[in-house]
Amino acid sequence: MKQMTYAEAIRDGMRIEMQRDPNVYLQGEDVAQFGGCFGVTAGLYDEFGPKRIMNTPISEAVIVGSAVGAAAAGLRPIAEIMFVDFMGCCMDELFNQAAKMRYMFGGKAKVPMVVRTPCGAGMGAAAQHSQCVESWFTHIPGVKTVMPATPADAKGLMIAAIRDDNPVMYIEHKQLLPVPGDVPEGEYVVPLGKADIKREGSDITIVAWSWMLHKALAATEELAAKGINAEVLDPRTLVPLDKDAILKSVAKTGKLLIVHEEVKTSGFGGEIAALVCEEGFDYLDAPIIRVTPPDVPIPFNPILEGAFIPGEEKIIKAVEALF
Amino acid sequence: MNLKKEQLLDMYKKMVTIRAFESKAVELFAAGQIPGFVHLYLGEEAIATGVCANLEKKDFIASTHRGHGHLIAKGGDIKLMMAELFGRTTGYCKGKGGSMHIADVDLGILGANGIVGAGMPIATGAAFACKYKGTDAVAVAFFGDGASDRATFHESLNMASIWKLPIVFLCENNGWAISNAQETHQNITDISDRASAYGIPGVSVDGNDVIAVFEAASAAIDRARKGDGPTLVECKSWRWRGHFEGDPATYKDPKDQEEWLTKDPIPRLEKNMLKLKYATQAELDDIKAEAEAEIEAAVKFAEESPQPDPKELLTDVYAD
Repeated sequence: MKQMTYAEAIRDGMRIEMQRDPNVYLQGEDVAQFGGCFGVTAGLYDEFGPKRIMNTPISEAVIVGSAVGAAAAGLRPIAEIMFVDFMGCCMDELFNQAAKMRYMFGGKAKVPMVVRTPCGAGMGAAAQHSQCVESWFTHIPGVKTVMPATPADAKGLMIAAIRDDNPVMYIEHKQLLPVPGDVPEGEYVVPLGKADIKREGSDITIVAWSWMLHKALAATEELAAKGINAEVLDPRTLVPLDKDAILKSVAKTGKLLIVHEEVKTSGFGGEIAALVCEEGFDYLDAPIIRVTPPDVPIPFNPILEGAFIPGEEKIIKAVEALF
Repeated sequence: MNLKKEQLLDMYKKMVTIRAFESKAVELFAAGQIPGFVHLYLGEEAIATGVCANLEKKDFIASTHRGHGHLIAKGGDIKLMMAELFGRTTGYCKGKGGSMHIADVDLGILGANGIVGAGMPIATGAAFACKYKGTDAVAVAFFGDGASDRATFHESLNMASIWKLPIVFLCENNGWAISNAQETHQNITDISDRASAYGIPGVSVDGNDVIAVFEAASAAIDRARKGDGPTLVECKSWRWRGHFEGDPATYKDPKDQEEWLTKDPIPRLEKNMLKLKYATQAELDDIKAEAEAEIEAAVKFAEESPQPDPKELLTDVYAD
């Protein structure tokens, strides 16, 4: 084990795969000498040089689109999109090209590529630099969606994402980049599609991912003091989703609360709720509750932004209402 | 002209094969035998043929919604193509792609594409892969006049120019972006003028003259292979049919249509070959008859091929 931050863990995962496989390369805006807007790629240029770590023009469509072509031609690109909010500039390349190529071609193509992109509020970055929009991607058959919450998962899922033969959206949270944690050394792989129980409990299941996992964990202490022993499940990857782990946990606790940072309507929480209604209705002894931001753009003012982000208090209140 | 007799005969065969394939597609679509959309390449056969005559198996192309010609010219199997048009399991994509998504990755054909202008970033990435792996393979991005207005055109030419990628941007200016004539959607006549914005060469040629296309593509592809970067080549032609089969193309002036039909690239090449004594009329007729027989055999193959099992719906979404 080694102490490192979430950002360092992402970098460690990329570095290990780049050392292991010469077909892995990284391209994106300001990812070379500058080290990326959030410093995640710092030092990689010095280690791997200009052939494998490339600054691109501000051209999201060709950043992702050329990754599709390079992947189909035998490489394993990592494309960085500076903010997930910019995915609107390259959505065709992801959802009509990368995602569908294999199916459209009757299974005769492989598109092994990773799109790395940071999400999340809490920086006063306002409506176009703060969003979580993971359900945009989970709605696309052919794409996998990964959202690590801890440094160890960040590393293990990065390695798994690069080794996967499909397009993977790897969404890192800006608030988590400086968070430290114990990370296994060497080729540590966290398989895609395996949830992790981050806290065991018996009274209610809280499903939360990315930054919201930490909010949920923080809430459990006060809940425990109030006599509610919450289980916190981190799906880690939304596609593929570890349905069995969610159903198993709800079978044990009888209650389900979902926390996410996407706005409520059409957020991925609705999908998890529908899954449990369809396949685990008999386990439930209370309604399924979602704690999410309201359906609004993200405001600039820190007080308003704070009111947007789901926090511990909202989670505690929502859980208490079920008992 | 650097073309040898065999090369010209081969190009002639390709052109008449595309013509026969597309003419058959007109018939089949009208008869209700092909589901979905088909966008035909009739009248533009010289472009794909002249370009792909310069390419090898290791080279890549990204095609368009009007892609049958590119596929045939790059060496695609006509039987598998026809079966795909019919949606059969023996088709290139097991019936999952149809006309707009035929691909043969092993032949470097990275797919027709249902999104106008989407092939350029993909070809840019394939060219990147060629350079990254240190091969001398190249990529050609086919696209139309309409696609040259898309952001992907700008982003791809810009990236390819700064990285000196081995790619040719091959614009097929067939005069029409669906129902819009060129002068209504861009304020230029020669799309190759746009090359200067990227500091790369741009050239416009008569797209109905297969020899002119071959020579322009040859220069651009040589330049790419040598590591000197991309070229924008514009081939001016005319789309004989509507945008898709079923489009009556009422927006075309019948006089223009008539004039362009007289510029048919196939008789032009025939005339040239007869003049050069590369073939007799009887030999050319034989090649045509052979192409037509191949198309008939492809239709028979497609018609006799099985429909997919509904279970196929669920396969090929993800690679294991």
